[in-house]
Amino acid sequence: MNQSSSIEQRKRKDKTIRHLVGFFSLFAMIPLFFILWDVISKGYKNFNLRLFTEVTPSSMDALLAISNGDPIPGGILNGMTGTILIVGLAILFSVPLGLFIGIYLADNQGKRFAGLVSYLTDLLQGMPSIVIGIIAYAWVVKPLGSYSALAGSVALTIMMLPMIVRSTEETLKMLPLSYKEAGLALGSSYTNVVFRILIPSGFGGIFTGILLAISRVMGETAPLMLTALGASVVHWKMMEPASAIPLLIWDFYNDPNLVDLIWSSSLLLLIVIFLLNWIAKIVARKWKV
Amino acid sequence: MKAILRLKEVSVSYTPGKNAVDKVTTDIYPNTITAIMGPSGCGKSTLLRAINRMHDLYANVQTTGEIILKGRNVLEMDPMEVRRMAGMVFQQPNPFPTMSIYDNVLAGYTLNGIRLGKNEKEEIVEQSLQSVALWDEVKDVMTKRGSFLSGGQQQRLCIARTLALKPEVLLMDEPTSALDPISTNKIEELLLQLKQQFTIIIVTHNMSQAARISDNAMFMYLGELVEHGNTTQMFTKPRNKRTEEYLTGVFG
Ligand SMILES: Nc1ncnc2c1ncn2[C@@H]1O[C@H](COP(=O)(O)OP(=O)(O)O)[C@@H](O)[C@H]1O
Ligand SMILES: [Mg+2]
Repeated sequence: MNQSSSIEQRKRKDKTIRHLVGFFSLFAMIPLFFILWDVISKGYKNFNLRLFTEVTPSSMDALLAISNGDPIPGGILNGMTGTILIVGLAILFSVPLGLFIGIYLADNQGKRFAGLVSYLTDLLQGMPSIVIGIIAYAWVVKPLGSYSALAGSVALTIMMLPMIVRSTEETLKMLPLSYKEAGLALGSSYTNVVFRILIPSGFGGIFTGILLAISRVMGETAPLMLTALGASVVHWKMMEPASAIPLLIWDFYNDPNLVDLIWSSSLLLLIVIFLLNWIAKIVARKWKV
Repeated sequence: MKAILRLKEVSVSYTPGKNAVDKVTTDIYPNTITAIMGPSGCGKSTLLRAINRMHDLYANVQTTGEIILKGRNVLEMDPMEVRRMAGMVFQQPNPFPTMSIYDNVLAGYTLNGIRLGKNEKEEIVEQSLQSVALWDEVKDVMTKRGSFLSGGQQQRLCIARTLALKPEVLLMDEPTSALDPISTNKIEELLLQLKQQFTIIIVTHNMSQAARISDNAMFMYLGELVEHGNTTQMFTKPRNKRTEEYLTGVFG
């Protein structure tokens, strides 16, 4: 075989592989496309102002409306406020804690205790969410004697923590050592170097990590069933049971009269999560140091 | 003349029993430029960083001996106070990326929690930038990020940031090795101006730079201070054979 034909052959093989890779990645997009199609086409009907302004209707009211051919009377306001309350509390707990652990890990590479913390962070990241729900049940629901938004937020905090820790750690590790040294060489305290130089310099990466952690836990259902339980009214009390959008979706699934609300709620959840991811991308790009 | 900085038997080790800087003793006089020379790895940076206690950042580093800055032993002082008295400029220009040019100059004050009035701030900024010949170039873009400037301008900004705190000595670790010849030249001219107010110690790889700007020179080899004296004298009549070999390019 001469030289040029073997090159030809290699080129042809290259091309085939490239086409195959393209084909399979398209193939992998098909489920995503169908999910989007399903959620949008079935969800848009009930995706109206009511969804945002009214609480979940009773099964009876929904049945009446359906038999009259009316749209379902009610929305998911109680789920939205619940999600805001629970996720908001979880952000309040997990962000400072995650920042501190991430700073510690970035600054103490190679130390034995840091290695242990890092290993535990990995374990936590792989922990099934139902197990985390059970832990939050045992730690918070049991001692307090009641299901609560607080208990739900503890579960979500545990889920968000490893993601925030990792993104903080990785971001800080990527900053040049000389920022830290230059700050300290000006006579600054370590605390001021961390909070006035390092965290602002790594803001893009850290903030992106936080947004992705939020979008990851927004759709969590199982751990909330064991902790926040659910509620049919709007309230902002963290010691009382609260609802959340994914919890409502589960309720709707179990009630044939409310089944139509599944899709509009899912659509809302998807939109919020896409938005968060989109903002995360923009922030990551804009704040590159 | 009275020395502003006296090193007495200063040793630094990264691993116990192995000195990266070995019993260095010397005096540095005010308003002079001292160049620290020597082959790569001979301990120049290690010695320089002992003076402003940068080794404190790493638990394994041991510094012994005495470093007397204006009559006080640096090794027994609060490191934060030491670092304000002995400012440091690094090899890579490193303005703080999220701060404006203005805020970079004042960073030493904000980081130390020192509050200044608006007039005071503007005065310090203008004065510091004037002293590094950067004022005219940046006075209209004060709110832009420091990273917006060219490499040479960034390095002058970093010098201004250090000078803003009015240190006693200025420690510079190969401050021009990442810069082009024109920027290098500019900084060398600057240092000759600045020595009227400050005492400068500069680590340099570049022998002609040492010859151009320094009054005194230190030649280090394998952690030891082999020779220290007047630059012209050292370049023309080195006392030590190692120094002569290094200066004539036998090794380095
Ligand atoms: N962080 C460190 N840990 C261990 N050894 C180091 C460290 N920094 C420098 N050294 C060693 O100390 C010696 C002196 O280094 P350095 O002061 O950086 O030399 P120079 O600045 O003259 O090139 C070298 O042998 C180097 O390998
Ligand atoms: Mg060096």
